[in-house]
Amino acid sequence: MSEFGITASQTVGPFLKIGLAQGDQEYVVAENVKGALRIDGHVYDGQGQPVPDAMIEIWQANIYGKYDHPDDPTDAELVKSFYGFGRSCTDKNGNFFFVTVKPGRVVGLGNTLQAPHLAVNVFARGMLKQQVTRLYFSDEIQANSEDPVLNSIDDAGVRDTLVASKVNDENGMPCYKFNIHLQGEMETAFFDV
Amino acid sequence: MSEPVGYRRDSQDEHPPALYEGYKSTVLRSPKRLPIKINHTLTEITGPLFGHGKLQPGEDDLSIENGEEAQGQRIFVSGRVLDEDGRPVPRTLIEIWQCNAAGRYRHPIDQHPAPLDPNFVGQGRVVTSDEGEYKFTTIKPGAYPWGNHYNAWRPAHIHFSLFGPAFVTRVITQMYFPDDPLFLFDPIFNSIPDESARQRLVSKFDLDSTKPDFALSFKFNFIVRGRDATPFEE
Ligand SMILES: [Fe+2]
Repeated sequence: MSEFGITASQTVGPFLKIGLAQGDQEYVVAENVKGALRIDGHVYDGQGQPVPDAMIEIWQANIYGKYDHPDDPTDAELVKSFYGFGRSCTDKNGNFFFVTVKPGRVVGLGNTLQAPHLAVNVFARGMLKQQVTRLYFSDEIQANSEDPVLNSIDDAGVRDTLVASKVNDENGMPCYKFNIHLQGEMETAFFDV
Repeated sequence: MSEPVGYRRDSQDEHPPALYEGYKSTVLRSPKRLPIKINHTLTEITGPLFGHGKLQPGEDDLSIENGEEAQGQRIFVSGRVLDEDGRPVPRTLIEIWQCNAAGRYRHPIDQHPAPLDPNFVGQGRVVTSDEGEYKFTTIKPGAYPWGNHYNAWRPAHIHFSLFGPAFVTRVITQMYFPDDPLFLFDPIFNSIPDESARQRLVSKFDLDSTKPDFALSFKFNFIVRGRDATPFEE
């Protein structure tokens, strides 16, 4: 029993952009940074309808697999002015995007190595609490096959919902597609963290 | 390397469930599968910290826009951000948004026929002090109708977004005002199963921090998840 009870979650509601959508928070790095890539996706509800009032947040390590945070004890290098946080509110078509770099591999529990991944928070009107998921990359076949979180999911169809697919480059920038299905046949794998 | 120290898990009834039928929009936006439990790795115990000094002066004051005063009851909303063990959470970003005194949001999809206030935007940000303290100056928001059910009105509230020290401490919530007669009828407020968890979202009137002839004052403390006592063992 805690001395202090935690603060409960409530929905962001329909007007979330007033409070949360300032600045170019989709750009974890600038487009001209070496290794920059684009992630594009849609958020869908249980009937396959786009969700135009969602907010996606990402948190990731830098290209060396280092988090810009005092609780990362590893020796990997920090990258100047790379923080690893991004935020994108969906547009009227349910579309969100990020420009970032692929993170390096981060150690997992029990001497494992995780595949490159982003931690993802999904907020929306109609969601009383965020859902947590992860984004992995389809061109990291070897690393993905060794990832303890991916490997903890038996159903290949469910596991694949976490993997962003590499699509055609756009203006010379690698592009990945990552759709989020809140419910339904293609429902994204969400985590209890 | 030693295993990272994780964060404690919230009890189920202190947060709303994904599906709460009284709040109709949850019906198609709630996953059907149970979430997959994962142990905390470096990914979960780290998170964005906002020590970068990006805030502009005045972002903590919603009651003035371009030097002009907004309409309505001026209030302070202040408090502390602590973890479950009572330790302050310093230098963490708090973002708020709200409707104006008449219950209208400055947003294209808000069709409530209440007046907009040219001197009120309804958006603010602060970073907590070394002791985890924060303070906003704003206008007491009005109640507003919404389409969830016949004659549905939201109790007056301010939307609060908070990061805390790690990815897993992220929380977005709503702060309410004491003694609101609309609590009884609001499915969003009532979606939280635990009565005391619900009451913790209600701010407290605080006479001591009012400013005579200027503003009333409400206190609202945030409690985020605390750290596990011992490292996770295989
Ligand atoms: Fe609201």
